[in-house]
Amino acid sequence: MNDFLNWLDDRTGYRALLKGALYEHIPGGARWRYVWGSTLTFAMFVQFVTGIVLWSAYSANAQGAWESVWFIQNQMLGGWLLRGIHHYMAQATIILLLLHLMQVMIDGAYRAPREVNFWFGLGLLAMVLGLSLTGYLLPWDQKGYWATKVATSIASMTPVVGPAMQQMLVGGAEYGHHTLTRFFALHAGVLPAGIVALVVGHVYLFRRHGVTVPPKAAASPDGHFWPDQVLRDGVASLAVMATVLGIVLWTGGAHLGAPADPTEPYSAARPEWYFLFLFQWLKYFPAGWEVVGAQVVPGLVFGLVAAMPIIGKWRLGHRFNLGVGAAILAGILMLTWLARAEDGADPDFMAAKVEAEAAAHRADALAASPTGIPPGGGLAMLRGDPFTQGPKLFAANCASCHRYQGHDGLGVVPDDEPSASDLSGFGSRAWLAGLLDPERITTEAYFGGTEHARGRMARFVQRSIAGFTDAERADLAKVIMAVSAEAALPSQAVADSADATAIAEGLELMTREPIECTRCHTFGEWTEEDVGPVLTGWGSREWMLGMLHDAGAESYYGADNDRMPAFGVEQTLSRAQMELVVDWIRGDWYAGPGQ
Amino acid sequence: MNDERPEQKNEPRRNFLASVGAVLVGAVASIVPIAAGATALLDPLRRGRGSSNMVLVTRLSALPEDGSPRKFTVETDRVDGWTTYAQTPVGAVYLRRTPAGVAALNVVCPHAGCFVGIAPDGSRFACPCHKSSFDLDGAVNDPDSPSPRDMDSLEVEVRNGEEVWVRFQNFLPGREDKTAV
Repeated sequence: MNDFLNWLDDRTGYRALLKGALYEHIPGGARWRYVWGSTLTFAMFVQFVTGIVLWSAYSANAQGAWESVWFIQNQMLGGWLLRGIHHYMAQATIILLLLHLMQVMIDGAYRAPREVNFWFGLGLLAMVLGLSLTGYLLPWDQKGYWATKVATSIASMTPVVGPAMQQMLVGGAEYGHHTLTRFFALHAGVLPAGIVALVVGHVYLFRRHGVTVPPKAAASPDGHFWPDQVLRDGVASLAVMATVLGIVLWTGGAHLGAPADPTEPYSAARPEWYFLFLFQWLKYFPAGWEVVGAQVVPGLVFGLVAAMPIIGKWRLGHRFNLGVGAAILAGILMLTWLARAEDGADPDFMAAKVEAEAAAHRADALAASPTGIPPGGGLAMLRGDPFTQGPKLFAANCASCHRYQGHDGLGVVPDDEPSASDLSGFGSRAWLAGLLDPERITTEAYFGGTEHARGRMARFVQRSIAGFTDAERADLAKVIMAVSAEAALPSQAVADSADATAIAEGLELMTREPIECTRCHTFGEWTEEDVGPVLTGWGSREWMLGMLHDAGAESYYGADNDRMPAFGVEQTLSRAQMELVVDWIRGDWYAGPGQ
Repeated sequence: MNDERPEQKNEPRRNFLASVGAVLVGAVASIVPIAAGATALLDPLRRGRGSSNMVLVTRLSALPEDGSPRKFTVETDRVDGWTTYAQTPVGAVYLRRTPAGVAALNVVCPHAGCFVGIAPDGSRFACPCHKSSFDLDGAVNDPDSPSPRDMDSLEVEVRNGEEVWVRFQNFLPGREDKTAV
């Protein structure tokens, strides 16, 4: 063995290298205060390891990014842990960088002969911020999408070259596949390569100049990097790792929002917390001054920090620098606090956050459902979901007349009185029982707001049914079951099959006195006098789609139609949109596991 | 290294030529991948701007009679890199009836590109990001508004008395002039 090592040393000179690396002389001995740089190196090591594994499972395209991240997060063994570590270690890196920078400033370690190393450090800071910015977009969720849009918008404001720069960054005129491929190339290629180069230079220069020894340490005996300092560095790195791991376990890992959608408002758009100060800062710049706020001032501040080694040469330079550093820090903390406080006091923002969280949960549930994520991706999946799209379409197209549980589908109660029925539970026995209730048929939940309140149906309910005997009422209950079974509601499937006998009786009773629906309604082969809407398949998907398509058709209200628009004929709604509304009203959507 | 110095002093001319040669040869060799890379990287600039065709957005009957704005998704064909989407949502507009017909506003904030919402009381447009505020006709209505221009109006045509067509475009944010993206 020794012979082999001797041979290896002869050919490579590794012993001298190792000795240089490990037995670096530390004047005044190893100290806890020297650990910050090593913790940063460790943090970057963690990011490289986790990042490369994430890379092996990530797909950088508009129909694969959110989907692959969802898969990493929810399906891969320990994927949530891996992504969680990468996510929170990125934030720890920012904090460690700031601590490192503060220490360098306070100790005056930026001064001669360490100017170049200070600039290397600032370069590293800029690159780490670049990594954060590019990494935020990669999951392609609503949060990252809208926050990054603001960032690229700011880039486009740069005088002269702005628009071209934005187009280069975005990979075209609009966000799309190439935005992701480019951001990913920056995130996983360009910036890490730059960081490696700068870290090598940074450590080389650090070794060349040695540690900045605090005055009180001058009297202590000298030490070596190995093992005294390495032990301390190791303990500090372990502490960083334990903290990050604790946060990952505590939070359950990194968050994944709903898939990015350029057509869906996202009022909860905010940058990551360490950019919040810039976000807040931008609010104070009136029209025409955006470039000053977003680029000039931050650029000048960064320039001022970079000039510290030169300023530090003057007699009061160091104190001046410390003042500048303290002012910047105070400003950042102040702006961050303001941003948080303003959002916390803004009910609209808090509501938007809740809404965003609900959308994220829904996207997650759909992706985990038996139908899973379709080839069109998470966005196509969400756009085809009646549960989320139905209420929006209802609010926009139906709620000017109809209600859903008294509101517009989205929970807002319109100012105007409803002028058509409340459609929650439409097709169910309960809904039908209400319609056939003499007390209720002319209330605003049913025909109250319509011409039908004075029509033949209302007359029949209020005159004939009102006088029914108990036996006739029992028959009516069976008819209600029978007609409601036509709707084939998923929520009533069990009841419908349990009551098959009663339903069969009800079907008989529908054609006979005194109920005799078929006197006015078409039902199966019964078409004596077609006045009211057809009852064959009443409340079913096809029936409702037909009603939406053209309520004035002969088989529906015909000439008796009261203001119900022909959404299909007039092409106000597409077939797909009508299906979404109908499926939502019928409760025909994926409810969740085990339901 | 030091032992090469005497040689250098002995042959400065040859050394100079060799240096120039080395730099030139190296540069020429290196320029190939760099040029090829830069060319492909610049491709987005060549692709020009997004389309600005007239798009059928909705029917007149879908617009509130009282002139209040309503959000509509704009669906049209879209090519994104290697994927061609047929009739896919590409953006959204606020449409409202005006005495002259129909007016359209792009929902994107001219300040920094966020999605402008309608204030809960329906009286104005409000951007959730940096608090830009606009009247319902899209005009900036707050002297402190960070938006450098009014919301971007879009060309609208009502065809056959009921079809609302909009020339859908996005514009560069953060500048006073409307420059199409």
